[in-house]
Amino acid sequence: MDTDILTEEPQAMIPRRRFEKVNEIIERNGKLQAVLIPILQEVQAEYRYLPEEILTYIAMVLNLSPATVYGVATFYAQFSLEPKGKYVIKICDGTACHVRGSDPVKDAIRKRVGLKEGCPTTTDLKYTVETISCLGACGLAPVIMINEKIYGQMTPQAINIIIDKLETEEGDAK
Amino acid sequence: MNTLSVDHQTVAIKNEKSLLELIRNMGIELPTFCYNSELSIYGACRMCVVEIEGRGIVASCSTPPAPGMKIFTNSPRVQRVRKTVLELLLANHDRECTTCEKSGHCKLQELAERFGVRKIRYGERDLKLPLDTSGKSLVRDPNKCILCGDCVRMCWEVQGIGVLNFSNRGSKVQVGPAFNKNLAEVDCVNCGQCSAICPTGAIVVKSEIDAAWTALHDPTKLVVVQVAPAVRVALGEEFGLPAGEIVTGKVVAALKKLGFDKVFDTCVSADLTVLEETHELVERLENPADLPLFTSCCPAWVKYAEHNEPEFLKHLSTCRSPQQMFGSLVKKYWAKEMGKKPEDIFTVSIMPCTAKKFEITRPEFTTDGIPDVDLVLTTQELARMIRESGLLFHQLEAASFDTPFGFTSGAGVIFGASGGVAEAALRAAYEMISGKVLEQVNFEEVRGFQGLKEAAVNLDGNEIKVAVVHGLGNAKKLIGKIKTGKSFYHFVEVMACPGGCIGGAGQPVAVEKAVKEARAKGIYHADILSQLRKSQDNPIIAKLYEKWLEQPNSHEAHATMHTKYITRGRITGEDIQLLTSKHQQKLDVAVCVGTCCYLKGSYDTLQELMRRADQAGIGDQINLHATFCLEGCSQSPSVRINEEIVGGVSPEQVDSVFTSKILNRSQR
Amino acid sequence: MNIGSVKDLKELREQWTANLGKQKMRILVCAGTGCVANGSLKIYEAIKNQLESHNVFIPVELLYEDEATDRILPPVPVGMVKSGCHGFCEMGPLVRLEPSGVLYTKVQPEDVAGLVEVLISGREPLQHKLYSHPVTGETYALEREIPFYKYQTRNALGNCGKIDPEDIREAITHGAYQGLGQALTGLTPEEVCGEMAKSGLRGRGGGGFATGFKWEATRVADNPEKYVVCNGDEVDPGAFMDRSVMEGDPHKVIEGMAIAGYAVGADQGYIYVRAEYPLAVQRLRTAIQEARKFGLLGKNILGSGFCFDIKIKEGAGAFVCGEETALLASIQGERGMPRPKPPFPAQSGLWGKPTLINNVETFANVPAIIINGSGWFKRQGTEKSPGTKTFALTGQVANTGLIEVPMGITLREIVFEIGGGIRNGKKFKAVQIGGPSGGCLTREHLDMKLDFDSLVSAGAMIGSGGLVVMDEDTCVVEVARFFMNFTQNESCGKCVPCREGTKRMLEILQRAVDGEGRPGDPDDLEELALAVKDGSLCGLGKTAPNPILSMFKYFKDEYMAHIIEKKCPAGVCNALATYTIDAALCKGCGKCGRTCPVQAITGVVKKPYVIDPAKCIKCGACIAICPFKAIREGK
Ligand SMILES: Cc1cc2nc3c(=O)[nH]c(=O)nc-3n(C[C@H](O)[C@H](O)[C@H](O)COP(=O)(O)O)c2cc1C
Ligand code: SF4
Ligand code: SF4
Ligand code: SF4
Ligand code: SF4
Ligand code: SF4
Ligand code: SF4
Ligand code: SF4
Ligand code: SF4
Ligand code: FES
Ligand code: FES
Ligand code: FES
Ligand code: FES
Repeated sequence: MDTDILTEEPQAMIPRRRFEKVNEIIERNGKLQAVLIPILQEVQAEYRYLPEEILTYIAMVLNLSPATVYGVATFYAQFSLEPKGKYVIKICDGTACHVRGSDPVKDAIRKRVGLKEGCPTTTDLKYTVETISCLGACGLAPVIMINEKIYGQMTPQAINIIIDKLETEEGDAK
Repeated sequence: MNTLSVDHQTVAIKNEKSLLELIRNMGIELPTFCYNSELSIYGACRMCVVEIEGRGIVASCSTPPAPGMKIFTNSPRVQRVRKTVLELLLANHDRECTTCEKSGHCKLQELAERFGVRKIRYGERDLKLPLDTSGKSLVRDPNKCILCGDCVRMCWEVQGIGVLNFSNRGSKVQVGPAFNKNLAEVDCVNCGQCSAICPTGAIVVKSEIDAAWTALHDPTKLVVVQVAPAVRVALGEEFGLPAGEIVTGKVVAALKKLGFDKVFDTCVSADLTVLEETHELVERLENPADLPLFTSCCPAWVKYAEHNEPEFLKHLSTCRSPQQMFGSLVKKYWAKEMGKKPEDIFTVSIMPCTAKKFEITRPEFTTDGIPDVDLVLTTQELARMIRESGLLFHQLEAASFDTPFGFTSGAGVIFGASGGVAEAALRAAYEMISGKVLEQVNFEEVRGFQGLKEAAVNLDGNEIKVAVVHGLGNAKKLIGKIKTGKSFYHFVEVMACPGGCIGGAGQPVAVEKAVKEARAKGIYHADILSQLRKSQDNPIIAKLYEKWLEQPNSHEAHATMHTKYITRGRITGEDIQLLTSKHQQKLDVAVCVGTCCYLKGSYDTLQELMRRADQAGIGDQINLHATFCLEGCSQSPSVRINEEIVGGVSPEQVDSVFTSKILNRSQR
Repeated sequence: MNIGSVKDLKELREQWTANLGKQKMRILVCAGTGCVANGSLKIYEAIKNQLESHNVFIPVELLYEDEATDRILPPVPVGMVKSGCHGFCEMGPLVRLEPSGVLYTKVQPEDVAGLVEVLISGREPLQHKLYSHPVTGETYALEREIPFYKYQTRNALGNCGKIDPEDIREAITHGAYQGLGQALTGLTPEEVCGEMAKSGLRGRGGGGFATGFKWEATRVADNPEKYVVCNGDEVDPGAFMDRSVMEGDPHKVIEGMAIAGYAVGADQGYIYVRAEYPLAVQRLRTAIQEARKFGLLGKNILGSGFCFDIKIKEGAGAFVCGEETALLASIQGERGMPRPKPPFPAQSGLWGKPTLINNVETFANVPAIIINGSGWFKRQGTEKSPGTKTFALTGQVANTGLIEVPMGITLREIVFEIGGGIRNGKKFKAVQIGGPSGGCLTREHLDMKLDFDSLVSAGAMIGSGGLVVMDEDTCVVEVARFFMNFTQNESCGKCVPCREGTKRMLEILQRAVDGEGRPGDPDDLEELALAVKDGSLCGLGKTAPNPILSMFKYFKDEYMAHIIEKKCPAGVCNALATYTIDAALCKGCGKCGRTCPVQAITGVVKKPYVIDPAKCIKCGACIAICPFKAIREGK
């Protein structure tokens, strides 16, 4: 869905479409604090992160202090105030995955996508690599998730195959 | 039986809400950081823990007493938790007591000392965050914050603003404004209540002591000082005197010894305020649309209204605050009489207040670049100067204020407590309207600490309804009721600080309400001791009108004793870019989606504008963005086209505005 | 279609059951998260295509319609269903046959043709796709005979893997909403609470709090507005039973909540599901919609006048939101920070209203208690902890997966019978139970009967039921560090002991595994652990020191070895490794010297090389490169 906005519309139109989308999201959810988290979730799905000005706007419409919205947005691990990559790779570091070797898998992924120490996202905004506490597929430990898709019984070798595949798909799309 | 035992001693449970309350009433001073009787229970610092047999360790602040409990306040487990908490807090704390603004008043320091923490076995604080010195009133040092949340709850629960909140989680939690902004960039009203409640030096009042000394040491300056009413019942606390003791004479003496050339009393300008404001009230009674009249002597409240209630700004009295009236009196009139230029006079005020530090910087209160009041020192800062100079305060001989601004009525003094302004105004209004002499000058209904106080004065069958609120959260509620028509008043007094200025953030630290109550008592006692009880009886005021100001609300008085208000955005933030034009000659169009404008339908305005631009095919020539406030809230919805701000652009108005202001400037 | 009464429900159930009976065979392909990740949806399609080409496939959809009776069915009609998780995800994708009970494991697309072939021809099942025990090598055709399943008693998980969770009719034929019907027509709210109390059911969310007591407290709370909240946050890493229930049998949870709503007097329910469970959310959504469509949620349920509806709230990634007061704050759109109790949610919960909050599995146990009576439930498990409990068995056991067993089962049975023993012939060392808030059980506990209370007295806790089996190669100090890292990341940061204490405990443990332990560390760590346990505001902080305390209790010498001798007895902690060159084996080729990134290896060609331990950063590169295996790692 993201890609067709990118390809079909001139650059200048993108924020506008998205801003309208933010309004749509707010209208659909309502304007109570109880729906703040769902709104943030939908906005993040739209933008892949929570831009400051949009958070400010949400605070305004929901009649909350911006500090409240900021406090909520920074509390939950799901939310990011920095743009995330196109592919978000979540590596499970829950107990089951940890004892079955999630660390080497993580190192392999970070190395493969070329992430520098301390950065979660590649400079070309293609990959974001994060760890997560449990994906609930512990039977397949170690587990990773790329966007919404789960991959089980990972090994450092398997990573390369998966990312190769992503890259080819990417190439095809272009 | 409805009893429990504390350290083997049997106690009856009365109606205490928490074990903390019950145990403190027994005379055992349990340590706390995050408990405050005026705020909600938070239960986070874990200093107040006690051990209950069979239940283990609990936080006493958040545990209600139950019959039969066997409580221990000093068991080894209790001691272990307390000491560990202190040690953990100190490990993560920038420990620089010797140079810390809060040293000597710091709860963390005090408890660390009290519990004998002598060694810190854990690592140092690893995160060094920048200080926020942006504000005029406060300095925030997040490296000293223990995250007790007191300020967060104060700013939201009492002041209804919510500038401060937590961000992040776990050991990365911080307290501060949204997006790590500075206080000066957000809608903080400088009331300072957050700093007053902060147990550490993480939020402190910006000190101007050095500037004060510089002025005092400058031989070319005539240094004039005014002393606010609430100072005289609190300063003594800093020197071991009981709260509420009236130390006016000692304050004057101290100031003189410190080298101030003239020592005046702000109560004089408070009396003047009463006359100006009451006249304004009487005039407005003619025209109910201008009612209610809100007081304007609290600069924190004024700023709050400017941020949040643009439609109510016309209801604010145009009177300057007593501090600023005083500044005008001194620099605009008295200076001439003394044969001085305004710039040769340096005016200092001793205030219970942090917002006043901001107030003196407002452009309305400067004349040709020269501020009417040059410097504000808080009660606490004055105390520090007195200590610094080695004066033994309690031994000082009382001295009297200088003339001509040294004589006041009791009405001017009660300005220091919540309800005082209203009471003083009622004393004046009664006589002004009825022409009769008011015998019973006390209006007990507006005194005290309830959130909302109401009184009605019967003036020959006409009732004047007065409301008094303190704490901006209470003001917010009241305004809500006024807006929805649930309540109606002629006159509303608002003070930002709980209890009024006696509870100002510049006063000596007063965590307990009892201290504030004692100060209020002192204020009302000073009123009784006054020879005159009504502002209109103050002969100095009469002289002021005679000499300089002609009469209340005269043209002259308006020019120097009244002011105007501006609208301020509540929310600041980056604009949302909607269309970015790459055209050479582009038109910059900003549509305000700030609170006021949004509520008036500016989102539809924006949609409509976009639609029209598309229709006219000039979308690529317009830089269109949504912005959060153009500070034209009273004529919302506002749109800015290049430099020009156009008000009242409702969706229906878009068409005409578009044709007249946008289309003709475009390339087609 | 609105089911207007209990009688209607019964008739429908009978009719659907009879119609479904026309399938002579049923193939269930697991569509739980694990198997989907392994490609089970493709298997489903492939099997379906095969069946269609053999002309034996009969769409289940048809069977619900009456016209189906008039249809000419193939001689052996075969139905197909996408089921929820069978619990044996590691062996997935799983395909199960009914009525025979044959279970195929690790089915790949290329197996499908053969599989269908034997099915239709009625020959013996495909041997190489059956489960073969990794330790004994024995092969089992029938699911119920596989040791992993044989020792289980599946109540809460009863329908998981047996029905299509996206079809309410499947659930109803398996008895869904029968308990709700019975409660609404046969019992007063007070009686329902009474049944719960008598059953002795204890909360499956970790605390083991008496469910009946909680229900009664909410019922008597005086307020016209009340809520029922289902805690589906399942934050414990290594645990996935709630997920399986929500994905595999969502109607059981909905029914349990509706019964609770009736019992406590609430008409609105919330299910809080963690964000990492998109499939659970989707299945619950579908289930709620279907329940509404049939009038099993909404107004006047089953003609009884009782109204109840459910909303889903998705979490946003915070462990602490599993804690009930934090969860409520999160539903209200706030930061998920716990608050002190009292007041308990039963008195003041969501928006200050009385709120009943229970775990997914707790709710899933409710319908059966109503249907079979509290006595039936009480007879299972132990005296003080009746019933069955699900556990997620993971770590170094031969069979990992989700199991449900009666309370009071021994650890030995779980690890060695169900779990099939330790992998790769290693020795059993310990089991970490209850995740980051739990503790270890060691050899000495193998024959202890597991229930809420026995675990607490052993210094552990059931938590949500994660069981991570550790073998001799696991370093308990590293595990304690791992858990502390987890809790310190997930602490909400509200109270001092937990926020600052977990950080400092981690600091000390990190030093231990980094070989920088100091002599004072053990005492400081223990004191800190005890203070944090006592002083923290909520369960997260109160239990965060458990792994440490448990380590002190059972493996103190292992910890001390890290501190004093700077050794890791399990040989795990890299920083404590020492690398030496065996002079007898070294041929002096010099490869290692060139590989070492920090020039720690020196020597003269053709003479034995030496490693300078002060320089070595323990990267292991030299070991990998030495052609003569002359370099050793000692720990
Ligand atoms: C840190 C922490 C995490 C928790 N996580 C969960 C959880 O993931 N799922 C759950 O049902 N209960 C969890 N609980 C327990 C809940 O607070 C609560 O007791 C439970 O949901 C009540 O349901 P029950 O009585 O059915 O067990 C957690 C508690 C704490 C302190
Ligand atoms: S805040 Fe208190 S403890 Fe910290 S440096 Fe200042 S005086 Fe010392
Ligand atoms: S108390 Fe001790 S450390 Fe502090 S200033 Fe005095 S001598 Fe120095
Ligand atoms: S000074 Fe007042 S308004 Fe500003 S942050 Fe502090 S409490 Fe809030
Ligand atoms: S700034 Fe002060 S009051 Fe606010 S949380 Fe920090 S220590 Fe507490
Ligand atoms: S109430 Fe008084 S002390 Fe407080 S902000 Fe207003 S003027 Fe200042
Ligand atoms: S114990 Fe931890 S998670 Fe719980 S309130 Fe305290 S800081 Fe938050
Ligand atoms: S382990 Fe690494 S650092 Fe140490 S000697 Fe071998 S190659 Fe060098
Ligand atoms: S690589 Fe092996 S054989 Fe060669 S020098 Fe090193 S230790 Fe000796
Ligand atoms: S621990 Fe990795 S999926 Fe559960
Ligand atoms: S005072 Fe009780 S926890 Fe802070
Ligand atoms: S909100 Fe202030 S001008 Fe629009
Ligand atoms: S997902 Fe298929 S068995 Fe668990």
